[in-house]
Amino acid sequence: MDQVSHVTKAESRNLNFYYSNGAHALKGINMPLYENKITALIGPSGCGKSTFLRCFNRMHDLYPGNRYDGQIVMHPDNTNILADGVDPIEVRMRISMVFQKPNPFPKSIYENVAYGLRVRGGKNKKVIDDKVEQALRGAALWDEVKDRLNDLAFNLSGGQQQRLCIARALATDPEIMLFDEPTSALDPIATASIEELMTELRNKLTILVVTHNMQQAARVSDYTAYMYLGDLVEFSKTDDIFIKPKDKRTEDYITGRIG
Amino acid sequence: MENQNLTSTATANTSLMQNLQEVRDMIRRHKRKDIIFASVGLLALVLALLTLLTLFSDLVIDGYPKFNPDFLTEFPSRRAAHAGILSAWVGSLLVMLVTFLTAVPMGVAAGLYLEEYAPKNWLSDLIEINVSNLAGVPSIVYGLLALGLFVYGLDLGQSILTAGLTLGLLILPIVIVSTREAIRAIPASIREAAYAVGATKWQVVKDHVLKYSQGGIMTGVIIGMSRALGETAPIITIGALTFIAFLPPAPISTTAPFINFEWLSSGFTVLPIQMFNWLSRPDHAFQVNAAATGAIIILVTLLMNGVAIWLRYKIRKNIKW
Ligand SMILES: Nc1ncnc2c1ncn2[C@@H]1O[C@H](COP(=O)(O)OP(=O)(O)OP(=O)(O)O)[C@@H](O)[C@H]1O
Ligand SMILES: [Mg+2]
Repeated sequence: MDQVSHVTKAESRNLNFYYSNGAHALKGINMPLYENKITALIGPSGCGKSTFLRCFNRMHDLYPGNRYDGQIVMHPDNTNILADGVDPIEVRMRISMVFQKPNPFPKSIYENVAYGLRVRGGKNKKVIDDKVEQALRGAALWDEVKDRLNDLAFNLSGGQQQRLCIARALATDPEIMLFDEPTSALDPIATASIEELMTELRNKLTILVVTHNMQQAARVSDYTAYMYLGDLVEFSKTDDIFIKPKDKRTEDYITGRIG
Repeated sequence: MENQNLTSTATANTSLMQNLQEVRDMIRRHKRKDIIFASVGLLALVLALLTLLTLFSDLVIDGYPKFNPDFLTEFPSRRAAHAGILSAWVGSLLVMLVTFLTAVPMGVAAGLYLEEYAPKNWLSDLIEINVSNLAGVPSIVYGLLALGLFVYGLDLGQSILTAGLTLGLLILPIVIVSTREAIRAIPASIREAAYAVGATKWQVVKDHVLKYSQGGIMTGVIIGMSRALGETAPIITIGALTFIAFLPPAPISTTAPFINFEWLSSGFTVLPIQMFNWLSRPDHAFQVNAAATGAIIILVTLLMNGVAIWLRYKIRKNIKW
């Protein structure tokens, strides 16, 4: 229906992924990411959610022996970001990531956010200052840290650290942002603030989020994909998948019979 | 009925108390082992420290008459009372300088390459095993190698350069291994965080890997340097002189070109060799000089290790993972 009326920001085409030990972790995944939408990836532990997510910023390239097969095409430029000729660094400049456990650098709050800009050769203090402030505001952290930007990032609470990591990912104006269980290490209040943040970020960019929390998927996402044992079982609008799943396996998972 | 209940509660209570008593006894038994182990450990520590302290104070007491500034500013002499260690400590300093300048860049670069850049395969495994083994090769073997390679092969002579390179080679494995260890201690999540914002490998290395591992690297470097300071065998093997009554040409001068490298090819002696030389003299007066030199070597070594510990503490303080 109106799925087609959305602009596709990226899509995986017959994507297979093999870990260096030969494990076939993704099996022919075809799935779109719609622009300015939040897509949630759900499924039982070990089904390949993180593996799929990490294909989008070529994180698997960091470890030797991993192999992609198939395509992830980004629009509007139609680049297959998995192609041999495409530099993973270019991909990571366009697609940023927030990890499960907050992983700030052992540097100041300011330097953490500025790092992506520095990596891109940013030198102008004024420009960086502005970008850092924007990103921290975007991550709803500015008011809490504006007086101590030079403090070590480790001195923040877990939820603040995660928002700092979001700010770091945000500072470079990515087109897509990946979240791998961004709230699983956080308490409910910090979780709520991150979820709120994600729905706000949707206006600026496209989001793919892995979550173990069914309510979270239902609350924040526009689309939901259910994965099982490396297969994409079902992909549709979140409302549809939670109310009338087409596949028996999806239904079983959502109603708590597997997983 | 009530009575019965009471008695059953009472038995339950007694058995609970019994249980509790057993648990307490068990904990007491376990704690006894704790105490035994702690005492054994403490004893070992005290013994080691006592030995070191005895050795050190022995040297200090024997060498006490020589603890004056003249000892540092006099050349060795046939008259023990006038003999000093000027040429020896200057020699040690210059040799250490060469050692530092060769072993640190080479060792850090090699460790970094092996850990961050080299493909992980059987060849890198082989290299890893070999590097670790090199750290255990007796130092005299390095002396022989240097004699063949630097003195005769490259014709560098029995010079400060030769000695510095030899000791550099000797501590290279220590620097490489400690570099790799320090790098390995950095969690993958930090690396991934840096890559995820689009950093190149070199940016990750220079902004993160080197930064967070520098404490560990410096500790390794200092431990290597303090080992090099005390090394005698390889320096004797390459033919260091034992009696030097001159200083090498100064590396820095007040006239152009301000820096010269003649000192590199100068003959030299170092502290442990000076000490060895004095020890082998029959005259008791020279034993005093030897003891004083020994005390100084130990003192410098302790100082260097102290700096290593302090550095590690200071750098680790801001890093939590
Ligand atoms: N580095 C690796 N090497 C080999 N196999 C791996 C590796 N990482 C993951 N796998 C395997 O790939 C499959 C998918 O793992 P993945 O981490 O993507 O699961 P997930 O859906 O994210 O699970 P979770 O919800 O527990 O995070 C699993 O079978 C896992 O054992
Ligand atoms: Mg996962």
